Amino acid sequence: MKFTTLLASAAMALGLASGAMAEDKTKVGFVYVGPVGDGGWTYEHNKGRLAVEEHFGDKVETVFVESVPEGPDAERVMTQMALEGADLIFTTSFGYMDPTINVAKKFPDVKFEHATGYKTAPNVSVYSARFYEGRAVQGHIAGNMTKSNIIGYIGSYPIPEVIRGINSAYIHAKKVNPDVEFKIVWAYTWFDPAKEADAATVLIEQGADVILQHTDSTAPQAAAQEAGNVVTFGQASDMSEYAPFPRVSSIIDDWAPYYIARTQAVMDGTWETANTWDGIREGMVAIGEITDAVPADVKEEALALKAAMAAGEYHPFTGPLKKQDGSDWLAEGETADDGTLAGMNFYVEGLEGEIPQ
Amino acid sequence: MIVLEKRPQPSKAWSYATPVVAVLATMVFGGILFAILGKNPVEAIGTIFWEPLFGEFAFYYRPQLLVKGAPLVLIAIGLSLGFRAGIWNIGAEGQYIMGAIFGAAAGLAFYPLDAFYIFPIMVIAGAFGGWLWAMIPAFLKVRFGTNEILVSLMLVYVAEQMLASVSLGLLKNPEGFGFPGSRNLQSYESAHNAELIAGSGMHWGVVTALIAVIFAYVLLNRHMLGFHIRLTGEAPRAAKFAGVNPARLILFCLGLSGALAGLAGMFEVSGPSGVVSIDFNVGYGFTAIIVAFLGRLHPVGILLAGGLMALTYIGGEIAQSQLGLPAAAIQVFQGMLLFFLLAFDLLTNYRIRAARSEVA
Amino acid sequence: MDLGEINPVLLVASLMVAATPLLLAAIGELVVEKAGVLNLGVEGMMIVGAISGFAISVETGSPWLGFIAAAIGGAVLSLLFVLLTQVALANQVASGLALTLFGLGFSALLGQSYVGVKPPSMGDIHIPLISDIPVIGPILFQHDPILYVGIALTAAVWATLKYTRVGLILRAVGENHDAAHALGYKVIKIRIMAILFGGACAGLGGAYISLIRVPQWTEGMTAGVGWIALALVVFASWKPWRALLGAYLFGGITVLQLNLQAAGVAIPVEYLAMSPYIITILVLVILSADKSSAPASLGRTFHASH
Repeated sequence: MKFTTLLASAAMALGLASGAMAEDKTKVGFVYVGPVGDGGWTYEHNKGRLAVEEHFGDKVETVFVESVPEGPDAERVMTQMALEGADLIFTTSFGYMDPTINVAKKFPDVKFEHATGYKTAPNVSVYSARFYEGRAVQGHIAGNMTKSNIIGYIGSYPIPEVIRGINSAYIHAKKVNPDVEFKIVWAYTWFDPAKEADAATVLIEQGADVILQHTDSTAPQAAAQEAGNVVTFGQASDMSEYAPFPRVSSIIDDWAPYYIARTQAVMDGTWETANTWDGIREGMVAIGEITDAVPADVKEEALALKAAMAAGEYHPFTGPLKKQDGSDWLAEGETADDGTLAGMNFYVEGLEGEIPQ
Repeated sequence: MIVLEKRPQPSKAWSYATPVVAVLATMVFGGILFAILGKNPVEAIGTIFWEPLFGEFAFYYRPQLLVKGAPLVLIAIGLSLGFRAGIWNIGAEGQYIMGAIFGAAAGLAFYPLDAFYIFPIMVIAGAFGGWLWAMIPAFLKVRFGTNEILVSLMLVYVAEQMLASVSLGLLKNPEGFGFPGSRNLQSYESAHNAELIAGSGMHWGVVTALIAVIFAYVLLNRHMLGFHIRLTGEAPRAAKFAGVNPARLILFCLGLSGALAGLAGMFEVSGPSGVVSIDFNVGYGFTAIIVAFLGRLHPVGILLAGGLMALTYIGGEIAQSQLGLPAAAIQVFQGMLLFFLLAFDLLTNYRIRAARSEVA
Repeated sequence: MDLGEINPVLLVASLMVAATPLLLAAIGELVVEKAGVLNLGVEGMMIVGAISGFAISVETGSPWLGFIAAAIGGAVLSLLFVLLTQVALANQVASGLALTLFGLGFSALLGQSYVGVKPPSMGDIHIPLISDIPVIGPILFQHDPILYVGIALTAAVWATLKYTRVGLILRAVGENHDAAHALGYKVIKIRIMAILFGGACAGLGGAYISLIRVPQWTEGMTAGVGWIALALVVFASWKPWRALLGAYLFGGITVLQLNLQAAGVAIPVEYLAMSPYIITILVLVILSADKSSAPASLGRTFHASH
């Protein structure tokens, strides 16, 4: 416990008066749904905030409030930030959608950016990341790496975001390994590391030798390490402490480029409402280092797949694709439209089991 | 050697003075904590307590105190009646959730019909949902003697799963592109628990909370049932002789606290929150237990305690964004406040004096 | 769907792991409640134990030192509860809730620099020959040491309560503190010891999550286990072996639920997720016929006025 450093900074703070703020600073607010110490979702957004501070230095001031419940508390925190002169506010949880719209109505001069939602306004933009592009790369590696042909998948809640990831990973695993089978477990919680550990153990016991996770803790990595021969991927953060094995790669949310660009736009007066859904190409989704545990040819293919998506030449949902019930979804060469993807509530053909309702 | 001597009567003077002493002690120790974290302690304490009430933007925060405090007070009033009679409902969080689900479901069943009777029906449905959920421990206690603390607590987790289930299924917004969560009741006029005067923070939940305070005060001081409640808590045996029916008292206390918690949930979902979603509940049911005790189970005390809790929440958020204090520090600060309030309560009921040198 | 994919041996082995944090915390709370004190701060003590254990084992590289630190951390936090309820005679329900609130915040402050750090591994016990026996080996002889500590603690608490003088006094204090006081027992002192023991056990349970089961530090990572431990004590009607059974049942339902999902059985997950709680309620109803089980002075404040 770093008490010594805490005490040292305490001594300093006692001597400090509140610093006077320069008027020309751009003030950027961040509303977080979890604690910055969650090591996952909020942690990555906070890294984006720190990147903004580093990039602009004295020209910006950032503020944040963490662990803000969705609903009236979020609305109050946003209002408070706006009252105190924030020029731009990022609200980083789906459940902040209606509060963001409400507050934005009251402060037409303040710009709002809402993550993962779909409601926009003249001063409200929405932004989200195409994680499913990363899932495609993961699926490709997973399909190649599995020997038991069973891939375990840990989901949080059955929402479109998670379902999209499962479909994307499955399509690409199946492409390289027609015998592959997905076992999907829903944890029904956003955050419960112990339960994630249980879920991973269960999947491993039932023969899965690759675990994909749509939950943020490293619990599945540890379970895989203990099992010895199970492959995992980092989620939300790089989880490189488990590299080179079991963690062979990862999908990282990198919000920094977007946050910097939007802050710049506010400074320049060029900010406009937008509906941004960025992926690998724009750098919002990053693929963590693919370790040497992955055979060289597989790694090369995976990087090629990533490059194709980065160049905009390849879409993970390209026909011919059928839905789970056998009905046609995408014809040969057709790619999925964003509307369908955003609200995806079906499995693609080949996946077993039902999406719980 | 210092000994405690029980006062024959709780000290009136100390019962008013202890909260003040506790708040002061919290300021001192909280200040030390903030200093350790590298913040100016005076500024931090000032931000938490002063800013929401008298700061530059108090015009906004004062109404927000009502919005934040009302559900706490409403739930705590219901709980306090049971606590006084020794009936421990600690599952108000679950009753709050069920009230919200029932209330919202009743409203959404009429969507998009526009009619004056929809909101009253929702109010009744919300109260019913909370009441129903509280009746489970009440019935089990009366019929089988089952411990109501545990049953009511277990039902919180059941209610949370129900909430997830309806958010993803039954009540999911059909126009929500597959995302979890219900339609927003704020944009359905007949079901919207809007502010009665714009910008005042006053919505029907606040009004109901105030009515509940008055109702509880009258009940406890002027009514036979209130007398029975107090008697059962203070002298169970005497209560029996006085003809108190324990089963009826259990059903009444748990039922009422459940109904009030349900109402709180219903007013929240139809007003400030708007949507039924997986994370709708934010712990009001548990915080209200603390509020009930801080208010010494007295209606007026609860009103003040609810206000104080709301103040630390709102002030804490301001301190986070203005000074960069972590949320955890605010939590610790609130914990300290509770500790001191509970600890100094000792002075109300006991006298501290140095023991004479006589051999004990 | 293929139920054959569920391996019952592995299922039992993993439910034992899932149950251990619960068991550790519940055994501690059981002793506290036997002494007539209701400490609702289990969750707070667990999370403080989780970070104390994590920080010390990262700094020293020794999981064992970590667990010792966790026990101390939990006990130190419970000292606050002691001050409130035994010295200042405050209400136990409110004090326990306040303790949880404080513990959650305090642990988050302590843990700020430990997010994303990997703790040293403890490793499983492996006894040649015995651990390799089919069925029995994986279930009984292939776990981490702390899991056995949990079982040993259960046995020790059971034996102490049942056969020793200390146990007798503890129970006497919990049943009727005025009578126990009249007999010359130091009610407050005994209760303080019980509360500290409870804090230490909760701390161990928390560290089991942060050091073995997950292993990782994140804020609020105990995610409600402390509350379930409280339920477990009543579920077990204050009997140590029943607490062990109950912990396995609770852990078992979660693990089984996930197993069924993975095997492709179309189960309504949310209903299965609520099943441990509903089953607890049912058991409570069945047990409530047995009125003798609850310590009579539970939750009441004691003050020796004479």
